[in-house]
Amino acid sequence: MAIDMSQSTGVGQSGGAGGSSAARWFARGNIFTATLFGAGGWFFGHWWGNVIAGHYTSVQNSGTNDVSWLLGAIFAVVAWFIGLGALNHPIAKLWGGEAPMAEKKQKYSIMEYFSYSTDHKVVGIQYLFAMLMYFFVAGLLALGIRTELLSPTYHIWGPDTYIEIVGEHGTMMMMMMTSIIMGPFGNFLVPLMIGSKRMAFPRLEAASFWFTVPAFFFLLSALWQGGFQSGWTGYAPLSIQGGVGQDAYLFSFTLMALSMLAASTNMVATIINYRAPGMRWSRLSVLTWGMITTAFTMILSVPVLIDGLYVMGMDRAVQTSMLYGQHGGSPFLWENLFWFFGHPEVYLLALPGFAITTEILPVFARKPVFALKTSIAGMIGVATLSFFVWQHHLFNSGMNPDMRPLFMLSTELISIPTGFLYLVGMGTVWRGRLRFNVPMLFMLAVFFNFLWGGITGVYNSDVPVDALIHGSFFVMAHFHFTIMGQLMFAVFGAIYYYTPLFFGIKLSEKLGKIHFWTMFVAFNSTFLPLFIVGWLGQPRRVFEYAARLQTLNQWVSISAYVLGLSLAFFVVTFIWQLVVTRPKSEPNPWDSRGLEWQVGIPVPKDNFDRIPVILSSPYEYGNPNAGPMADLSPTVASVGSDA
Amino acid sequence: MALKTSEESGSPAAIARKHGSRIVAIWFILSLIIDLVVWFVWGPHMPPGDMTTTAAGQQFDFKVLTVMSVPVLLMVWVYGAYVIINFRDRGDHADGYYVKGNRKSQGLWYAATAVLVLFLAGFGTYELVVPAGAGVGEGPSPIWKPASTAHMLQVQVIAQQWRFTYRWPQFGGMETTSLVLPVNTEIQFNVTSLDVIHDFWAYQLGVKADANPEDNNVAYTKTQQTGRFVVRCDELCGIWHGAMYNYGNVVSQNAFYQWATNMEAQNASLTKLLPKYSTVYVPNDNVAGGQYFNG
Ligand SMILES: [Cu+2]
Repeated sequence: MAIDMSQSTGVGQSGGAGGSSAARWFARGNIFTATLFGAGGWFFGHWWGNVIAGHYTSVQNSGTNDVSWLLGAIFAVVAWFIGLGALNHPIAKLWGGEAPMAEKKQKYSIMEYFSYSTDHKVVGIQYLFAMLMYFFVAGLLALGIRTELLSPTYHIWGPDTYIEIVGEHGTMMMMMMTSIIMGPFGNFLVPLMIGSKRMAFPRLEAASFWFTVPAFFFLLSALWQGGFQSGWTGYAPLSIQGGVGQDAYLFSFTLMALSMLAASTNMVATIINYRAPGMRWSRLSVLTWGMITTAFTMILSVPVLIDGLYVMGMDRAVQTSMLYGQHGGSPFLWENLFWFFGHPEVYLLALPGFAITTEILPVFARKPVFALKTSIAGMIGVATLSFFVWQHHLFNSGMNPDMRPLFMLSTELISIPTGFLYLVGMGTVWRGRLRFNVPMLFMLAVFFNFLWGGITGVYNSDVPVDALIHGSFFVMAHFHFTIMGQLMFAVFGAIYYYTPLFFGIKLSEKLGKIHFWTMFVAFNSTFLPLFIVGWLGQPRRVFEYAARLQTLNQWVSISAYVLGLSLAFFVVTFIWQLVVTRPKSEPNPWDSRGLEWQVGIPVPKDNFDRIPVILSSPYEYGNPNAGPMADLSPTVASVGSDA
Repeated sequence: MALKTSEESGSPAAIARKHGSRIVAIWFILSLIIDLVVWFVWGPHMPPGDMTTTAAGQQFDFKVLTVMSVPVLLMVWVYGAYVIINFRDRGDHADGYYVKGNRKSQGLWYAATAVLVLFLAGFGTYELVVPAGAGVGEGPSPIWKPASTAHMLQVQVIAQQWRFTYRWPQFGGMETTSLVLPVNTEIQFNVTSLDVIHDFWAYQLGVKADANPEDNNVAYTKTQQTGRFVVRCDELCGIWHGAMYNYGNVVSQNAFYQWATNMEAQNASLTKLLPKYSTVYVPNDNVAGGQYFNG
């Protein structure tokens, strides 16, 4: 534990920016001006769309005008960004000026968090709250689903409302999961971990966050526009049939896709170019590796989603007939485009979860990451193979049966790099001195939960067995184990672990353990029986099921309520400690060697007074000869010595 | 099981052997017991049963995968429990044993996972190809067919929002709303849709095939026991997706032919009004109740 705390430069530094900031935030734009502008944009676009398309036969026959809805949404988002002040800088540049970047501050006004901030620490916190908002709203919708399924025949919701809730839950969760690690933790931590004062593209970073806000509200708005029947997978021609709620689906998903592209472009550029001297690839933290791998996967797969959604929008608005049959299109086109994005997507949900688990595990095992290179190879292997498996969602579709053995093989091959992550985890705890703090409990749960998801993934990949379980609750349980059981447990562990850095407080161990144990037990109690439910023949997304499955379904619903209570307990205790009690944290409460913990609490406005010189790996726990990870006030000589 | 590891002495290899042999012993015994129970006690009762060859195949494959999964699950659990009990912080806030890799255990891991995965892929391919596509829809031109197609019963499944109807080309192209099948018979399902994508899932028959508009999705099975089965739509197809199910029966061959010839005679006047039997149809959106015609 040779952690030299004397290097914590910047602790308690007074804020640099002056009092004039209060005047400046309004001129710079904020969430209120943006909302105002956005509403104006909506009405303008909507009106214009009615002018253009109001007389189309399709519009007059169906009574819905998708053109005016989509134009309204596009103008709303453009105006929203103008209202945020996002264009101030580019326009100033076009006029030949060079507006300086807004100065970072040591202590932020609340308004900073509601503005187009280019400070990576502000963006991280904005993302954290926004993504949790997505998660809890979508979680409430899940309880709506479980309430309906308490009885096989008695209905709480009408069938249309039920399908709306199902689609809304799925889409909101899938959108959120893509960003819940890269958004809060990637943005906040990567510059600290690589020894940089800033991100490569702070404005792109700000844009990535501010796309997620209209995406949320547009998606939610589908609920009072008739919803969308197609679920998050949006299969055509069902998605062409629906009303304007379907436009809300495709438009909000597009905004989220743009957000992912912006965030990942910034992430790749930052990690490649902004590493401090001595930060060799071999010394890069696993979380940073996870971020760059995920970012590359996003950059390659997300454009396919945007194209697909664009095609869907055109088919709906102006009948381009690409996704339905009568005029030469094919529903198979959407299935392929969607899963060509969708399968890399589900792995790019899993990768950051594993990255953060591997990042936090050694701190509490008091040992180096076991087989570090293997863990990185595992992540790159998963990311690469994820582009070659998409047809395993389409084993029953009737498409090219001769390709099935190949897609079965490629899918099963993914268990080799996924297995690496278990090798790494199991090796890391071997003969460690495990400390069972709350973050560690969540990390161990990640391995427990993902094991169910990983093993049942092999069942799904096997074509004959998939014939039984495809489209059933078995599949649904499988991906809830890999996504909620793995990613969300990693996220909650990371929240407990990083709150000292984010907010200067250390959450109560006692409350955290109550949250952990209730969530862990309720989660497994909710989703394990669903494997059986699906195996016994209950398809997904149904509101009526066989009477013999009622007991299991009721068990699941009640467990889901307990899970909901556990998460509500987290919300209440988290906000209580954040706002009211604020239990102060020491600068490095977990005795971590990581560079991000050496800068002090609160994190100084520029992260580092001087660019540090990296001297060793962040994971040298138990090495009696290990010096500190970095020299935080390097002299010319120490810079030279590394080269 | 808890050891006094704080005063562990000896070479790292000796310590690893001591702990490792205990873990392996516990793991091996547990795996053996549970696998025997899975194979002999639970396996024969696993869904979806053995009403058809493909259902029996799915049952067998599920059993094999479970027998292979149990040791993997137990390896992580036994190892995890052992580590949590024995390698915890003992209040002295000391660091763990400094090791960053181990060539032997890593090599063993890579080899074992590779062998396992290649076996699974080989097994899955064999089980897909030999039973003629394992009951999965193979599209309009199937590549894995039953050995003898001489006495095969043809059944067309027409899905639409939100019901299934069935057409019988060998019985004058009649259309029925219920599905009755003869036992000990090879059956070819031709699955199609009149609107959006549905999925024909005859659970106890071990058959699953997407119903795509303007596409014929062929799946094979062979009935081997009589009994009742459920048909559910297994692809989200709109608001009444959850209500899109019905039931069918596998009956004796005599009972089937009696039923079918009866139905054919009963329905003859209606069958005349239907479009000619075809592998795909075009729906007529202007007529209520889901009419269709030949494209
Ligand atoms: Cu259907």
